[in-house]
Amino acid sequence: MATVTPVRKRPPDDTKLALLFIAPALIGFVVFMLWPTLRGIWLSFTRFNLLTAPEWIGFDNYVRMVQDPVFWNALKVTVYYVVVNIALQTALALAIAVMMQRLTKRTWLRGIVLTPYLVSNVVAAMIFLWILDYQLGIGNKVIELIGLDRVAFLADSAWVIPTIAVINVWRHVGYTALLIFAGLQTIPESMYEAGRVDGASELTMFRRITLPLLRPILALVLIITVVGSFQVFDTVAITTRGGPVDSSRVLQYYIYDMAFGRFQFGYASAMSVGLLAVLVVITFLQYRLTRASSSDLA
Amino acid sequence: MRRLLAVLTSAALLAGCGWSGEDATATGGGGTIEYWLWDSGQQPGYQKCADEFAKRNPGLRVRISQYGWDVYWSKLTAGFIADTAPDVFTDHLAKFAQFVDLGVLRPLDELGPTSDLNDADYQEGLAELWKGQDGKRYGAPKDWDTIALFYDPVAVEEAGIDPATLQSLTWNPRDGGTFEKTVARLTVDNNGIRGDEPGFDKDNVRQYGFGSDGAGGAGWGQTQWSAFTGSAGWQATDRNPWGSRFNLDQPVFQQTLDWYFGLARKGYMPSFAEIGGNNPVGPDKEIQSGLAAMALDGSWKISTYTNLTDAAGTKLKVGIAPTPIGPSGKRASMFNGLADSVTTLSKQPENAAKWVKFLSGAECQNIIGESGVVFPARPSGTERAVAYNREERGLDVTPFTDQVKQKTTFLFPVTTNAADITALMVPRMDAVYIGDAPVSSMTSLNDQLNTLFEVAR
Repeated sequence: MATVTPVRKRPPDDTKLALLFIAPALIGFVVFMLWPTLRGIWLSFTRFNLLTAPEWIGFDNYVRMVQDPVFWNALKVTVYYVVVNIALQTALALAIAVMMQRLTKRTWLRGIVLTPYLVSNVVAAMIFLWILDYQLGIGNKVIELIGLDRVAFLADSAWVIPTIAVINVWRHVGYTALLIFAGLQTIPESMYEAGRVDGASELTMFRRITLPLLRPILALVLIITVVGSFQVFDTVAITTRGGPVDSSRVLQYYIYDMAFGRFQFGYASAMSVGLLAVLVVITFLQYRLTRASSSDLA
Repeated sequence: MRRLLAVLTSAALLAGCGWSGEDATATGGGGTIEYWLWDSGQQPGYQKCADEFAKRNPGLRVRISQYGWDVYWSKLTAGFIADTAPDVFTDHLAKFAQFVDLGVLRPLDELGPTSDLNDADYQEGLAELWKGQDGKRYGAPKDWDTIALFYDPVAVEEAGIDPATLQSLTWNPRDGGTFEKTVARLTVDNNGIRGDEPGFDKDNVRQYGFGSDGAGGAGWGQTQWSAFTGSAGWQATDRNPWGSRFNLDQPVFQQTLDWYFGLARKGYMPSFAEIGGNNPVGPDKEIQSGLAAMALDGSWKISTYTNLTDAAGTKLKVGIAPTPIGPSGKRASMFNGLADSVTTLSKQPENAAKWVKFLSGAECQNIIGESGVVFPARPSGTERAVAYNREERGLDVTPFTDQVKQKTTFLFPVTTNAADITALMVPRMDAVYIGDAPVSSMTSLNDQLNTLFEVAR
């Protein structure tokens, strides 16, 4: 611009000011994200027990990873968890968000929807561990009262992953609903008015107006929640510690146990890099498939 | 559940410690020795020792921190990395070899106050366990433990069993012997039919004859199957300590496990799911709640059992019987012990060694013996603990001590790579308990363990 119209006064150079404003976020990003990631990648090529100096071993950790059946099982378990968790959470959150927008605008109701998110993951996991306890849990007492058999929610290999997924849905659904709700606010009311004039039902309007216009927000929410869901750890660490057998040994828990339980930090780093690669691919695919960068609201 | 409670109690205790802790930093200064332990039941006794130690050594004081078992080890590991580890900590045989390999333990022989520790001062065999493969001493023995049967006298009486017969039970892997007969008799289904009566419904059991502490993958079946494999004459490794070949492929081991976990299949012992999976309620809670009539547990739990109450808060009675006599003609119990270790991160190793010396000395061990929570490593301390239980609790704890007297104990398998062994064993043992895998799967686990040591070498 400045070169095309040399007569005009150059706008003040605000690079320095911009850098100043970016600095806090940038420093945090470099110190807590970029540097640990780079160091983790480097450690994945070493044998390192945390207390003595790392020893370079090339691709040995990656060779071991490819041959490790527990790693592949962990990946499978994690994907299973993500599918159950995200499908349930997104469907419920969408329903809650639409109800919040179309039925009521009360602030206290929105507040209540968000409350589980204020509980820490560990506390939520502990409370559910008590509720679902096979012998003493109130959840199982209720199930017995209505005449069904008690269920070992967190001790039966068929139940653990769905149970952990539901616990985390309970905690996160309100937050996800709020994100979607914010997206709904961007859809102009005139669209619905036009719909009503044309005699469309609530359901038709949801399918023809809400969903298409919500797509970019929904895509963003999906990318964020899927990445978060892949990193499930605390609920597993509290409720099942990977068991029974390996049925809830999700990747993050396996990595943690390898690093801090078995002192094999190099191999744990290699698996973390593996998880990073999986997440990059999945995020890229999601981004492309959902066309998250473009909106139909033209 | 037990772990949850442990976490909660430790949180409560921590909150309590906060006060004295603040005082300590304000007045103690550099002379404060940080000491960690995991058993909240033992903290009052060791606090007495610490007070006595401070009296003897003006300028020095000990600050005790207690964390529940699981938190304890991760906090300790984190402490080694972040340089926040204590000067002295309570060490476990299953863990210390790894710490020696990581170079975080200081050999006690090289520290003035502990250089003259004498093996003969402690119960036979205890002190030797704490020497590394380099022959150096990494822990000063503080206590020892064995296993016995805890039982609910009311349930035993209701079953029409003479408690005296519990003192001489026998078992074998074929029909389970008088032990299994007793267990079956003590089992009651929802209709009130006992396990040895026709029409017994094994899928709806109200009271199990024999409680369960999980599959035992994390501690060589210490409070699960070790009393049975031991009395069948089985040893976990080719030699102990520092074995490197494993014996999980031996028929005697697999037959014993098959019989042991078979108790769950017959409805005499709760299933993996019923005890809470990887968060087991623990045999003490099983007996307390009436889920089990009898269970194997360690001597460190004596005070837990004597403090059990029913829902109304009335104290429950508890009886103790020795582990059953096995095919070898003898009974058996794992013999395990704890010790105190000094970390290389300690800025005041000589002071730390002074405290370790005091902890392993007669005076402190007598104090611990009189608190009746564990059996101190010194014979004089052990005698005091036995006397305390007899006089204060009216409890005969000789089923624990007789194992040592009659030399029917075997030592906890001490090996390197303990964390890897646990990581490999826990899921495979759980699978056998659940019934997902046959007991013959132990053979491939054994190969894995052997390979682990070949690779490590």
